[in-house]
Amino acid sequence: MGYLGEIFVMAMTAIFIQNFVLSRFLGLCPYLGVSKKLDSAMGMGLAVIFVMTLASAFTFLIQKYLLIALGLEYLQTIAFILTIAALVQFVEMVIQKNAPALYKSLGVYLPLITTNCAVLGVAILNTKTFRSDGITPYNFLDATLNGFFSGVGFTFVLLAMAGLRMRLEMAPLPKSMKGMPISLILAGIMALAFYGFMGFKI
Amino acid sequence: MMIILLNTASAPLMSTLLPPILIVGGMGLIFGLVLAIASKIFFVKVDPRVTEILEALPGANCGACGEAGCAGYADAIVNKGELINKCAPGGSNAVFAIAKIMGVEASTTIRKVSVIHCSSGGYTNTNWRYSYEGVSSCKAAVNIAGGPNRCDYGCMGLNDCMNACMFDAISLDENGIRVINYDRCTGCGACVVACPRQLPQLVPIDHCVYIKCSSKDKGNVAKQLCGNNAPCIGCGICSRNCPVNAITVKDNLARIDYDVCINCGICATKCPTHAIQDLLAGKRKKAEIEPEKCIGCTICAKNCPVSAISGELKQVHVINKEACVGCEICVQKCPKKAIKMV
Repeated sequence: MGYLGEIFVMAMTAIFIQNFVLSRFLGLCPYLGVSKKLDSAMGMGLAVIFVMTLASAFTFLIQKYLLIALGLEYLQTIAFILTIAALVQFVEMVIQKNAPALYKSLGVYLPLITTNCAVLGVAILNTKTFRSDGITPYNFLDATLNGFFSGVGFTFVLLAMAGLRMRLEMAPLPKSMKGMPISLILAGIMALAFYGFMGFKI
Repeated sequence: MMIILLNTASAPLMSTLLPPILIVGGMGLIFGLVLAIASKIFFVKVDPRVTEILEALPGANCGACGEAGCAGYADAIVNKGELINKCAPGGSNAVFAIAKIMGVEASTTIRKVSVIHCSSGGYTNTNWRYSYEGVSSCKAAVNIAGGPNRCDYGCMGLNDCMNACMFDAISLDENGIRVINYDRCTGCGACVVACPRQLPQLVPIDHCVYIKCSSKDKGNVAKQLCGNNAPCIGCGICSRNCPVNAITVKDNLARIDYDVCINCGICATKCPTHAIQDLLAGKRKKAEIEPEKCIGCTICAKNCPVSAISGELKQVHVINKEACVGCEICVQKCPKKAIKMV
């Protein structure tokens, strides 16, 4: 399998088979919190893609050249959180100055995902997963791409949820089911549906 | 002791402790420095009023104003001329703080709440015409022989208003009478539309005296039909006793003009059928003038609707406690703040 095939496998795994929300159950807070409207779900999704990609790249470098080099792998969690928080703050400042339009659409959501578990999750999983051959650990490009695809998977599920919830607003539901209860049931059904992807061999 | 410990164990202890401390501390230091420098380089000039308003807002990011969060609302006020009274959690405090920052007049709207203008409709205090066993909805029942209760204007107790309420503000008491929780009522008017007899009406929340009847039947008819024995019989006693002429009787029914009403509650004490509800009954305070502050300007005496204040010009005024109805108009009018409610 060439490298393109490897990327394809990685994308399919991150988006469908090992989706961050529906099979790893990370990032559930924005999944239920920001999925009421399609456009805010889109903004949140883009912010997550952005931060996940950057965080994957930076934490990979931190892990390889700082933690492993000095034999301090047990500091992984704290070092990654520190890196991601600083990175998000920095990126926020940069885009506020250089891309006001992008800042307007991402601005509110960026600080919200600083300490999101899905972002930390992708950073940690990058250090523990292997390519499809099962022995080669991820290199820098693999980790960055995996971060990107995981973000895409998150956005995909968030958008699907937002679309469904917008339709449910109109549905003639019993009063006790309106709002969060039906959303939780919906989330469960979506997770079951995604369970069908589990075990696919690409 | 410490020194001995450090001396004996210092070499291995230090070699395991130092690297992580240095690494994490160093990372924090570097990130902090980078962020500090970046905040200088990428500094974006924001209107100082935006930050001030942001501090005045409660910071709940609830979205009640229609913006994405408190920051969005602060920005909209300064840059898009958004109205300043949209923050529900901040209430009037936030409005006044923002008004000060923006240099505009604070305009708070008086909240309206729904009041059901009928005292009947419970299990024991309704005069039934027949036993209704159809669809449990007032709109359906009202079409069958004029409704299950004998009064054509009264509540038939099938809770259309309660089901229409989106804020769970209407609940049933032990007698099955609908009670409105004024903390939850937003004055949206959904219950007014839902009631086929328009019994709930929106009333400004600072008004506490209501006529709990909507019957336009003649007095003796209304008395026979009312299950609660408290109908408005259109006698006009309330209207004649109102110090500010806020009550008019039309179609055998008294109505309060809430723009004029001063909440004195005299009508409630005079009503022969007790059709007027006074939430403040027995809780009213009386006005009292502090003699050392009074300058004898006569403004209070001129504004008192019941002429309870007497006194010569430039003399200390006195309030007749028997006549005072506790409307608090004098408290607001006094330029020296010499009147307090006790």
